[in-house]
Amino acid sequence: MDWLFFAEVTLAGLGSGALLALTALAFVLIYKATRVINLAVGEILMLGGYLFFAFSAGFGLPVWAAIPLAIAGGGAVGALVERALIRPMLGETPISVFMVTVGLGSVLMGVAELVWNTDPRALPDFMGATPVFIGEAYVSRKIAVGFVVAGVVIALFLLLFRFWRGGVALRATASDQAAAYSCGINVPGVFSLAWIVACATAAGAGILVGAIGGISPTMGVFGLSALVVVIIGGLDSVLGALVGGLLIGLVEAWAGTYLGGEFKLVTTFSLLIAALMIRPYGLFGTVEIERL
Amino acid sequence: MRIATAKETYIADEGLLTTNTQRAWMIVLALVLALAPFVLNAYWLYLACLVAINVASATGLNILTGYTGLVSLGQAAFMAVGAYAVAFLDGHLGTPFLLNILAAGLIAAAVGVLVGVPSLRVKGLYLAIATIAASFILHFVFTNWVSVTGGMSGVNVAPARLFGIELASPFALYFVIVPVTALMVLGAANLFRTRIGRAFIAIRDRDISAEVLGIPLLQYKLMSFALSSFYAGVAGGMWAYFFRVVTPESFPFATSIFFLAAVIVGGLGTILGPILGAAFMTLVPELLKYVVEWLGPVFPNAGAALSPVRTIVFGALIIFFLVFEPQGLAEIVRRVRRFFHLWPFKT
Repeated sequence: MDWLFFAEVTLAGLGSGALLALTALAFVLIYKATRVINLAVGEILMLGGYLFFAFSAGFGLPVWAAIPLAIAGGGAVGALVERALIRPMLGETPISVFMVTVGLGSVLMGVAELVWNTDPRALPDFMGATPVFIGEAYVSRKIAVGFVVAGVVIALFLLLFRFWRGGVALRATASDQAAAYSCGINVPGVFSLAWIVACATAAGAGILVGAIGGISPTMGVFGLSALVVVIIGGLDSVLGALVGGLLIGLVEAWAGTYLGGEFKLVTTFSLLIAALMIRPYGLFGTVEIERL
Repeated sequence: MRIATAKETYIADEGLLTTNTQRAWMIVLALVLALAPFVLNAYWLYLACLVAINVASATGLNILTGYTGLVSLGQAAFMAVGAYAVAFLDGHLGTPFLLNILAAGLIAAAVGVLVGVPSLRVKGLYLAIATIAASFILHFVFTNWVSVTGGMSGVNVAPARLFGIELASPFALYFVIVPVTALMVLGAANLFRTRIGRAFIAIRDRDISAEVLGIPLLQYKLMSFALSSFYAGVAGGMWAYFFRVVTPESFPFATSIFFLAAVIVGGLGTILGPILGAAFMTLVPELLKYVVEWLGPVFPNAGAALSPVRTIVFGALIIFFLVFEPQGLAEIVRRVRRFFHLWPFKT
């Protein structure tokens, strides 16, 4: 066994795992606040990539302006969706809301195809290409940058949840809506906030994912891997998203390298079924006692 | 206004068709279905067969999702199992056509029970996600079990033969597909007059109370999975004879979403719902084609926009029905019927 090669594969896996964790964070934020599993996260990620493409390549804006604009665009989509589609569905069964997000994903994908057509595109390079060496192991610079950004953002979120008023309000809403109301927390406001922040995060993840692998209207499939991450990590746990993301990233990298590319998805989904059978609430999720 | 419909016996009250008006309409429907192939052109016959296949599969999903309350996003994978079963039996063993379709249903049912096993541990959204995982694993099997499924290039299916007649055109297949579908819908309608069907409804409405009433939950949930995938398998078998080639890409994950959408748009937990929903969701993309052709002179590149517009309309229909008409098309039909039943009084 070639240990250097193994180390390189592992590092690449950790890099893509960090991106998965970042995307999973979008699932977790929305689930924590509103108990909605948003399957459109993958499509919002795709939209983030395309918005960055439009701002930087289409309008010729510099990268430092295009990135915040794309992230803000994702947040705006989140605000609009929450207000127009999710708010009226309050109190409906989780399955109905889930299907609304499935429909939303289809609409967003169609819009992206309509505006930018179906050809895959490469994002303008903004990270440079000089490879990074950790010891002797080679890491692509883009993956290293993605890893650092994802790590910083997740750490930031953990701090925000602990110390920021809005973060505390979100945790209060997650643990008991009625009690949060009676403490004077603006619960609908928290719902909006969670959707805006989550969709902005997804859009930012889309820029990173697009910069590494290029963008196409079907890149929303990435969201399915992130869904596996949140189920394994626990639907309402930020830490679970991080650990699960790195775990799935590693497993995908190892399976893709040592078994062949077609084994990537099947390994992840087998892991998902095993996780559902053994620990349905995930590694770090709140244990809910549910009668079957 | 509907009058003089008081029932004197329970048997009369439990009948599928309770009034003479209903019986008359059913005869009209049967006549229309029987005579349609002689009037329609090849293109519309092709659509009619496709609608019938989708109705069969959507009716199966409705047993699982609409009546038992277990959401599944694996219906397309079960159809694929049925289609591959037909392709294998037809190609390797040469068994007769109708037997193949029945076997396709049974094999899909066995796979369905296997996929339903996670319902030991999870329900609701988690179960839906487990069926997503199962459908991706099945897709992997279809791609890599080359000796049976032919891998990425798929398998070809010889035309169906029945009593020595070759059923190759939509015109010939119509006379098999539509009666089989009608039989399956009738079976579903009758299912919910039996203990099993009523147990499904009890589980959907309140699983704990159902268990208290003496319904073994796991057994009935697996039974529902088996029935639903039996329907999907038969539909997939008919699909294989209709398109005559099966590849792993014939039944993508999007098809599973299509069937769930069809059941929701039609109306969950009604017999009429999946029929209307599957027909509606199959025909809307075709109607969009006419709209695009009609807009052609005004917008020159309208043709290129057809596929994205279909995707958008598909998603928008799901959202629209869930937000504004959660009971689906079946509820609209019920409202119209009530208007006529009560007319000339206030509706």
